[in-house]
Amino acid sequence: MRRYLLTTDHKMVGLQYFWLSFVAVLIGISLSLLMRFHLINPSAKVGWFEMLWPTGASGGVMTPELYLSLMTMHGTIMVFFVLSITPQSAFGHYFLPLQIGARKMAFPLLSALSFWFTAFAFLVMVAAFFVHGGAPLSGWTAYPPLSSLGAITGPGEGVGQTLWICSIALFCIGATMGAVNFIATLLDLRQPGLRLMQLPLTCWNWLVTAFLSLLGFPVLFAACLLLLLDRTAGTSFFVPGNLVVSDRAIAHDGGSPLLWQHLFWFFGHPEVYIAILPGMGLISEIISTFARKPVFGYKVMVVATFAIGFLGLLVWGHHMFTSGMSPYSSIAFSVLSMTIGVPSATKTFNWLATLWGGQIEFTTAMLFALGFVSVFVTGGLSGIFVAQPVLDLYFHDTYFVVAHFHLIMGVAAVFGIFAGTFYWFPCMFGRVLNETLGRIHFFGTLVGVYALFGPMHIVGIAGNPRRYSDFSNFTFLSPLLPLHRFMTWAAFFTAAVQILFLVNVFWTLRRGPRANSDPWSAETLEWREVGALQ
Amino acid sequence: MNSWWLPPAISSEANGFDVQFVRTFVAASIIFVAAQCALMFIVWRYRRQERTASPDRNPANSRLEYLWTTATACLFLGLLLLGGRVWASVQFTPAPADSEVIEVLGKQFAWSFRYPGLDGRFGRTDIHKIDDAAGNPFGLDERDPFAQDDITSASLRIPLGRPVKLILTSRDVIHSFFVRELRIKQDLVPGMQIPVHFRAEVAGTYEVPCSELCGLGHFQMGTTVTVMPVADYERWKRGQAH
Repeated sequence: MRRYLLTTDHKMVGLQYFWLSFVAVLIGISLSLLMRFHLINPSAKVGWFEMLWPTGASGGVMTPELYLSLMTMHGTIMVFFVLSITPQSAFGHYFLPLQIGARKMAFPLLSALSFWFTAFAFLVMVAAFFVHGGAPLSGWTAYPPLSSLGAITGPGEGVGQTLWICSIALFCIGATMGAVNFIATLLDLRQPGLRLMQLPLTCWNWLVTAFLSLLGFPVLFAACLLLLLDRTAGTSFFVPGNLVVSDRAIAHDGGSPLLWQHLFWFFGHPEVYIAILPGMGLISEIISTFARKPVFGYKVMVVATFAIGFLGLLVWGHHMFTSGMSPYSSIAFSVLSMTIGVPSATKTFNWLATLWGGQIEFTTAMLFALGFVSVFVTGGLSGIFVAQPVLDLYFHDTYFVVAHFHLIMGVAAVFGIFAGTFYWFPCMFGRVLNETLGRIHFFGTLVGVYALFGPMHIVGIAGNPRRYSDFSNFTFLSPLLPLHRFMTWAAFFTAAVQILFLVNVFWTLRRGPRANSDPWSAETLEWREVGALQ
Repeated sequence: MNSWWLPPAISSEANGFDVQFVRTFVAASIIFVAAQCALMFIVWRYRRQERTASPDRNPANSRLEYLWTTATACLFLGLLLLGGRVWASVQFTPAPADSEVIEVLGKQFAWSFRYPGLDGRFGRTDIHKIDDAAGNPFGLDERDPFAQDDITSASLRIPLGRPVKLILTSRDVIHSFFVRELRIKQDLVPGMQIPVHFRAEVAGTYEVPCSELCGLGHFQMGTTVTVMPVADYERWKRGQAH
């Protein structure tokens, strides 16, 4: 037990992160299913809702505030505790040292600390469900003044919101530690003779992601601290004067709600790349391995990774086109946002060129890598709508945006995680996941996510606002209900397909066939280790 | 099926939006089909077969890289320029001087609108005078003569074909004013007074759903905007003033 809990071994820390995100993703998916169920059955009485949430669902009917807290927790858990940690912290801790021929991370104690901060942050986050008032309802973006005035703005905005802020602050500490560790390890601990331009693309992407984490998370940490002060110490960083909430005049004065948005999105947009870049690196390697060809345009891929990372730090304002920010800044942010599409498209062309002329083998890892390319293109294309302020004025905060970021940040990153899990499972656990089950899982998931997020663009084009717990108050929303019903069924289908993955993982861990030293005939260094495991 | 798409546009700015939307939609659709087909074709064409191949060791082709990077950049730049012009035509021009000025106030979870009345001037407000039950969401100070004829309404009425300038603000959390038919969305940020101007050219009543998460009643925070012929509008205003 001590070996598992007190370890500073990079592989063990990687596995700890892996299982933490495994638990987190199961919670995150469950929350989304509850939300999708509620959207098409807003007045359904479900007995066990009341058991789980005696106040939020008294009588078994989910209240709007419970819906919003499920939504907040779904977004927060998925973005922070799944997309930020699996591809970077879990796979990175495990494989970065192996791929550069190092025996450990640069700061092993920091590895362990970063994990425990993250794990503790997760407990604090989940605890928000069980306090008076329940989990916060202000969404994963926690815009003040909604998030800064306490329970007066809504249930969940009391202790629940405070726990949320503390959890995110703790998470930022862990993530910053991880970032320092990754950068130092990659730059300092490479095997002698391994030059930077010989590194696998995974390493480059982990490096750029670490830079983004290093620059983004401390800013979010500071913002959380200020928000906490606004809530507890009577400061007014984000709260302007002359507010009247629930017929009560608020004593704050002089703050700016837009300041939070700038700070939040200065982290929040790089966060998108923190989630997706490691997956890009990973699928580049996987595509190359299973097309039996080296990566096409390696140098260009490295440059594109840096370009995406650098531009990713400069585009946060495109989340704020409707915020009341100057329309001139909107133009600047729009130009930069469109520019970031260029290196992204270049990467896509390079993946296609890597496949061209190859000897493609359809392993499950490869299928997920190809699926990544498909959903990345689809999600990227809706990006060129919302990157234009004139169009975003309509699409902002509609389901169009929900479809956009779920495809490009959620599904693409998750496909990267699946690809990595199937690819590296032999390395991590010494056994090979079942390929037949894996392929069925892949095709089911691919069909499921397109059925779920495809129609979501249409309801977005029709102007359906997001974060509504019920669509019955506006006449233009009722014709969209059949589409919502379809999407809910697609969500349940997609979730059901994931059971195949669970079965596959747990069956393989106990009974699966043992891996030989290099089951995929890959060339990178981590596979030297598989023999040693057995 | 029409309700599964953009609703009809009711202003020239909204028509500008629609043109830019269609351009982007066509470009995105072509790329979508081309990219997905290319992916499927390549994957099928180069599936593993029993033949030997000698792949290049370090495949790269800088001409190709330049070509596709430049092509993407040109396409995006083109869309940006076209979209930027539409944006500039709406956002960089101030509202005409003869605009009908109306204040929009958001609160959890209702909309209020204030007209300056026949004197054309907004009266003084004081947050301590706010009394929703008595129909005074703005906190109008009745001692101010300019405030006495201000009109407060829970739904928005605007004159057909005349420029309208809305001044948006919120008294608690952030809300967002969205009229699909006008293709306009603008947040109401407490502490800020954000102007929006447009000219509605089709009479009718349109829904206004709040579009920024504002709390548990967000989903029901709605009102309507009614675009009415100028004569009807003036008559309504005179009827409201007291």
